[in-house]
Amino acid sequence: MQAFKTLTGVAAPLDIMNVDTDMIIPKQYLKTIKRTGLGTGLFSEMRYKEDGSDNSDFVLNKPAYRKAEILVAGDNFGCGSSREHAPWALLDFGIRCVISTSFADIFYNNCFKNGILPITVSQADLDKLMDDARRGANATMTIDLPAQEIRGPDGGVVKFEIDPFRKHCLINGLDDIGLTMEKANAIADFEKQNANARPWA
Amino acid sequence: MVHAAAPRTLYDKIWDDHVVDTQPDGTCLLYIDRHLVHEVTSPQAFEGLRMAKRKVRAPEKTLAVVDHNVPTTDRSKGIDDPESRTQVETLAENAREFGIEYYNELDKRQGVVHIVGPEQGFTLPGTTIVCGDSHTSTHGAFGALAHGIGTSEVETQTLIQKKAKNMRITVDGTLPAGVTAKDIILSIIGEIGTSGGTGYVMEYAGEAIRALSMEGRMTICNMSIEGGARAGLVAPDQKTFDYLKGRPKAPKGMAWDMAMKYWETLVTDAGAHFDREVKLDAANLPPIVTWGTSPEDVVSITGTVPMPSAAPSEQKKAAIQRALDYMGLKGGEKITDIKLDRVFIGSCTNGRIEDLRAVAKAVEGKKVASTVSAMIVPGSGLVKLQAEEEGLDKIFKAAGFDWREPGCSMCLAMNADKLAPGERCASTSNRNFEGRQGFKGRTHLVSPVMAAAAAIEGHFVDVRKWA
Ligand code: SF4
Repeated sequence: MQAFKTLTGVAAPLDIMNVDTDMIIPKQYLKTIKRTGLGTGLFSEMRYKEDGSDNSDFVLNKPAYRKAEILVAGDNFGCGSSREHAPWALLDFGIRCVISTSFADIFYNNCFKNGILPITVSQADLDKLMDDARRGANATMTIDLPAQEIRGPDGGVVKFEIDPFRKHCLINGLDDIGLTMEKANAIADFEKQNANARPWA
Repeated sequence: MVHAAAPRTLYDKIWDDHVVDTQPDGTCLLYIDRHLVHEVTSPQAFEGLRMAKRKVRAPEKTLAVVDHNVPTTDRSKGIDDPESRTQVETLAENAREFGIEYYNELDKRQGVVHIVGPEQGFTLPGTTIVCGDSHTSTHGAFGALAHGIGTSEVETQTLIQKKAKNMRITVDGTLPAGVTAKDIILSIIGEIGTSGGTGYVMEYAGEAIRALSMEGRMTICNMSIEGGARAGLVAPDQKTFDYLKGRPKAPKGMAWDMAMKYWETLVTDAGAHFDREVKLDAANLPPIVTWGTSPEDVVSITGTVPMPSAAPSEQKKAAIQRALDYMGLKGGEKITDIKLDRVFIGSCTNGRIEDLRAVAKAVEGKKVASTVSAMIVPGSGLVKLQAEEEGLDKIFKAAGFDWREPGCSMCLAMNADKLAPGERCASTSNRNFEGRQGFKGRTHLVSPVMAAAAAIEGHFVDVRKWA
């Protein structure tokens, strides 16, 4: 997994509430048995017209945002299906950070497993960042994870909170499997104890 | 094991008994007792294991089944769609290679993963269960802590997690005739919103919940995720034990007695702390229909489609307008005036035997409206067999329903069962998102009897006054 320290990139505004994982990556792309190549399907029902051509109204199709690395989105981002294809698709497109007022639980966890930083901010801060993101190619933001701040194009700073453990893992590029492997002894002990206490389980 | 003196919730108890390790900031490593696997979200996990030359840590605690992708027509001659076939074959191959029990598309035990788990007695009270599927919350009906997860975690027997907060939803009173578990959970989601449960595990309590069958409790827990919760829980009781006793994977003999001793402790202690409490009176609930593209867009069968102008904020107004445009509805329209093209009865929300019995009772001797195409997809092969034993299939077919093979089917439309653009469907499933049942398809979530009545009449009707 790629580590996440600081990221400077274009932020795209997606001012929709309850963006669900079906919207992020529709099910027809779920028939793959790979994790890569899902970027073409990202937001496909909004991004492409019925004939498959680009819908020029969709934010990520506008020239200024085609290389966006940050997404600023409405409340409850990532709700719905647990598909990890959602972060895979975002990542494959090049998005490494999503900012919203809240995230659905499973999506939030899935982000950390794939080196994507989900940032939760207040509604007032989101409104400001959404405005910043609307400035097109000038909407460059810097996400500084060690300092826990977002620096906007005009020098404005928004602070954010994150679990120390999650932060540590992202900065060091540690994924969950690597971490759980480190605890192999504790798991083995637990299993032994469990075999006595709850053998039926 | 931890035995704290303070009163604990059911969630606290199951959590405490599964913590392997705790980090200074409270992040825990949680032990997972049971793992369910299906074809769509698992291939990448097995690929990861293979690349790292690792094994599944506890193959005997894992159960695999195909459901999302399989056609619901005769499968004995193979699967036509090449991508679906690849996923199904990949799961079969992975199950073989990693030594996991697997129900293929021809096995009578095959079905929607969340129906299969309880049916086999794989789902047990007080266990932790995961599956790469958000509706894993269904298993909470048995007092199991069951989470939907991504794909990557499939590779270990533990989960990294911070503990969620406790929410209790108490539903007292008696449900009126014609009002069901589905209407309870849709009402709850309407009340708290789709992010109302974010960061919580919800325990459902109260006399109306206790009065529900295991099937009804599964319907409720199933949709906890639509309310944003990490998991839903109902404390196990005699109904739970009666349901499980004798199931193929349930403990037997001494192991059963030992398990029972533990299971009987799985209740929230008096005085335990909940971070949020919500109360509902079942006696006041009407049959519910969703009008929009989010499960929180609920309205009573006697109500009307909302007016964007009545929304409290500009953002909400825009959201309502967007949903109405998508759904092809106008603010102020009566729900009973909404005409349907399709009806889908099935899914892990409402594809169990009790649901099918309720539908059969409602449609016996009647005919599906000529303008409607209606399908019934049993949740599993065993549900299908049971229904056929009881003669329900004959009632369905005589009424003009299409009776199909088990699977997820048009709940998510990954196979050939899908809505055409603009088609309107009354569905017993759990999601009405844009495109969920097919590109530009329009979904209204309802209970099985409401869907059945809509199929017969061609539009929504109030089942309380319909016979
Ligand atoms: S029936 Fe629907 S909700 Fe249930 S597992 Fe299948 S696709 Fe998911």
